[in-house]
Amino acid sequence: MKKTLLSSLTALVALATPLAAQAGTLTVKGSDTMVILVQRWAEEFMKKNPGTKVQVTGGGSGTGLSALQNGTTDIAMSSREMKEAEQEKLRARFSTTGVEIPVAKDGVTFYVNETNPVTALTVEQLKGIYLGDTTNWKDVGGPAANIVLYSRENSSGTYSFVKDNVLGGDDYAANAQTLPGTAAVVNAVAKEKNGIGYGGAAYAKGVKELKIKKGSEEFAPTADNVKSGKYPLSRNLFFYLRNKPSGEAKAFIDFTLSPEGQAVVTKVGYFPVK
Amino acid sequence: MQEQSLASPVPVPTLSAAARRRQLKEKVIAGLVTAVAFTGIAALILILIFVAKEALGLFTDPHARQEASLSKMFLPQVTRPGRPATFVWQPVSSVPKVSMIPLFIGTLKTTLVSMFVAVPLGVFGALFAAEFAPRRLREVLKPTIELLAGIPSVVLGFFALMVMASFVQDLFGLESRLNAVVAGLGLALAIVPVIFTVSEDALTAVPRSYREASLALGATPWETAWKVVLPAAAPGILAACVLGFGRAIGETMIVLMASGNAAIVSARLGDSVRSLSATIAAEMGEVVVGSPHYSLLFFIGVELFAFTFVLNMFATSWTRKVMKRLTGGAG
Amino acid sequence: MKHTTRKAVGLALTSLTGLAAFVIVAVIAIILLDVVRGGAANVSWAFLTQPPTDGMMGGGIFPAIFGTAALTLLMTLAVMPVGVLTALYLHEYAPPDSRMARWVRVAVANLAGVPSVVFGLFGLGFFILFVGKGLDRALGYEEMHWAQPGILWAALTLAVLTLPVVIVSTEEALRAVPLDHRTASLALGATQSQTLVRVVLPGALPGILTGAVLAISRGAGEVAPILFTGAAYFLPDLPTHLNSQFMHLGYHTYVLATQSPDVEATRPLLYATVLVLLMLTFALNLVAVIIRSRTRRKAASAGH
Repeated sequence: MKKTLLSSLTALVALATPLAAQAGTLTVKGSDTMVILVQRWAEEFMKKNPGTKVQVTGGGSGTGLSALQNGTTDIAMSSREMKEAEQEKLRARFSTTGVEIPVAKDGVTFYVNETNPVTALTVEQLKGIYLGDTTNWKDVGGPAANIVLYSRENSSGTYSFVKDNVLGGDDYAANAQTLPGTAAVVNAVAKEKNGIGYGGAAYAKGVKELKIKKGSEEFAPTADNVKSGKYPLSRNLFFYLRNKPSGEAKAFIDFTLSPEGQAVVTKVGYFPVK
Repeated sequence: MQEQSLASPVPVPTLSAAARRRQLKEKVIAGLVTAVAFTGIAALILILIFVAKEALGLFTDPHARQEASLSKMFLPQVTRPGRPATFVWQPVSSVPKVSMIPLFIGTLKTTLVSMFVAVPLGVFGALFAAEFAPRRLREVLKPTIELLAGIPSVVLGFFALMVMASFVQDLFGLESRLNAVVAGLGLALAIVPVIFTVSEDALTAVPRSYREASLALGATPWETAWKVVLPAAAPGILAACVLGFGRAIGETMIVLMASGNAAIVSARLGDSVRSLSATIAAEMGEVVVGSPHYSLLFFIGVELFAFTFVLNMFATSWTRKVMKRLTGGAG
Repeated sequence: MKHTTRKAVGLALTSLTGLAAFVIVAVIAIILLDVVRGGAANVSWAFLTQPPTDGMMGGGIFPAIFGTAALTLLMTLAVMPVGVLTALYLHEYAPPDSRMARWVRVAVANLAGVPSVVFGLFGLGFFILFVGKGLDRALGYEEMHWAQPGILWAALTLAVLTLPVVIVSTEEALRAVPLDHRTASLALGATQSQTLVRVVLPGALPGILTGAVLAISRGAGEVAPILFTGAAYFLPDLPTHLNSQFMHLGYHTYVLATQSPDVEATRPLLYATVLVLLMLTFALNLVAVIIRSRTRRKAASAGH
């Protein structure tokens, strides 16, 4: 009895030695949007470089960036740009404002139910809808029915992106339902025939993706349109580092930006930056 | 031992060294156990202190005080020029809007729906189990309903989201699939076992003599249950409802998954709602530590703590009252 | 009113109460049926033993099972000694009418009512930002080791949450040990602590185990307290240290239900995960219910 207690105690003490960054280990932390992409990269990279271990953890862009400020991660992945307050903290601690590397693009897509006859909207129309000024589909060329708005949680990078780039910084209509994940939005729009929602292009299954109307042209969120910038609603997905990448970090980032790495981007459903 | 003269007072018998050690050991053990028993009290106090501590920024930091003052939290604000003042929860914004009113309304709506369903179900179910069910049935019924209490709330949330939402939408023809009714029904699943168990305990505590007297006076079993047993156990049943209410206010995952989380100020139950608890869970993950928004979420935590604390105090005092009265009456 | 009508009305209302009980049971049955129907076909050995793959759209849930088990194990190690000792104090040591005992009881009752999400905030504010930060400073770490979410902090948060469960069950179990056993032991010259360790605790063991099982079941299912204290969205590596993050069955359910990339493709996985979680908590609860009904019967006979 006492012996087992003792041995389990020793085991506990061994466990208690905290996880420290060991040589040969690269930690990446941050945006949940990017976890799956970066995990794939890590798997491929480790296959080619068995000596290096890449550890990927989510938790959100904010979590990743604050880990970068505290020195607990080598790379922070973020679906939004670093905020000034966060740069401030980084500077205070490491006297650097950090290095920003766009590694992929995410096209923010608006979805409607498959039965909805509307196929394309201008950014202005989307703004009207999400501000709550346009409340009926007939005002934008659809059937006479109330629009049901779906939005993301205010903690998500997509939320901020749409707010800044579609709503011009104004607030979403109060009656927009905020769902915890893009999948929940897709799921809701797929079931709600008067619904509209938004999220990453990677997620759009079971719903209709809206094209964006610019003048007389309409642009679908395709890889070409996103890369060329014709599709106006795309955002970069970033890696943040404290200093210029070197060693293992450099090797990993070089890999993600290589044609092979960017092919993974497409496979996961995002858009390449290169 | 020395011989004592009869005249001298009898001294306390001196203990052997071993016995003294034993006594000391007993004292130490008793002291340790008592010290550990403080953990419960300490935990409660620490919870309050540390949740409040992180919320304190709202009142000390000048930036936060300006961005999220109490008046901004509780009074209507003009959010778009030229529009009437409203209550808006938009904490992530160039000009954050931090009105708690939509969240209070959301919490209230889901809670009321759940109480509306769970109180009749729980109390009537308990009445059945305590008064009418044959003994065999009761012995199966009680553990079964206790099993419901064992279902993790995330599973109930999953069930509300995947199954009940579509059902409720079709049934009532609601515009939004996720709304106060769905979340309230999900919550009801979580609090029915609470109300059932506590009510059942209160009902079974009513002495048999009450029932026998009532039946002997010619009352039917129903009249006995309804007019004698139920009133006698009333404070306990009230406590059950209050406990259920407290649980419903604080329950997070079900509401987070099934309510739609839109901070709407309206009286309609078919609208989506955003509750206090779900707001914390949804927004904590990405918030900048130490920002006004961060403190605000902890402040909501303090509010939840305060509500449930007050409700619990009422519930425990009522339960104690009914138990005292009934056991006293029985004696 | 005539007696027969009174009887009829009574019978009608009585059946209404029966209906209420029936509805509750029916809902439990519906939930179970739905989960089993949706999940049973997808729970396979591979599902239980593999990590998620294809961006959580394939593979299994092994890291989540392991994480849940490790988390609840740590939690149990933390909560049981404290819970059992507190119950011992309340039932064996505290003098009758002790004011402190009353306060402890009030605190425990209130602790049981604190919303789980508030425990999450507490875990973040106390364990991570206060204890963790203090540890890092005391140990002289330049970088954050303990001041970040990890399995230890999540387990301790859950331990505080489940403390009332253990205390209440243990006290009930202590009550079931007949007073005669204690007096007999004391009369034979045993000290109080010897009596407790050799006589009372063994007698109360089933009830204490019930408390442990209930606490584990509760701890395994709670998601809100671990949201900010250690649960990871996606982490195929198993937690190896006390400050590692971990995957968790309940959180995985939440993630799959609301944030998976392709809802239709993950539905089978989601149902299978829910089924595993539900079976786990049900099995634990069933064990607890069985032990408890036995101890209750014993307690009833001990009371006379």
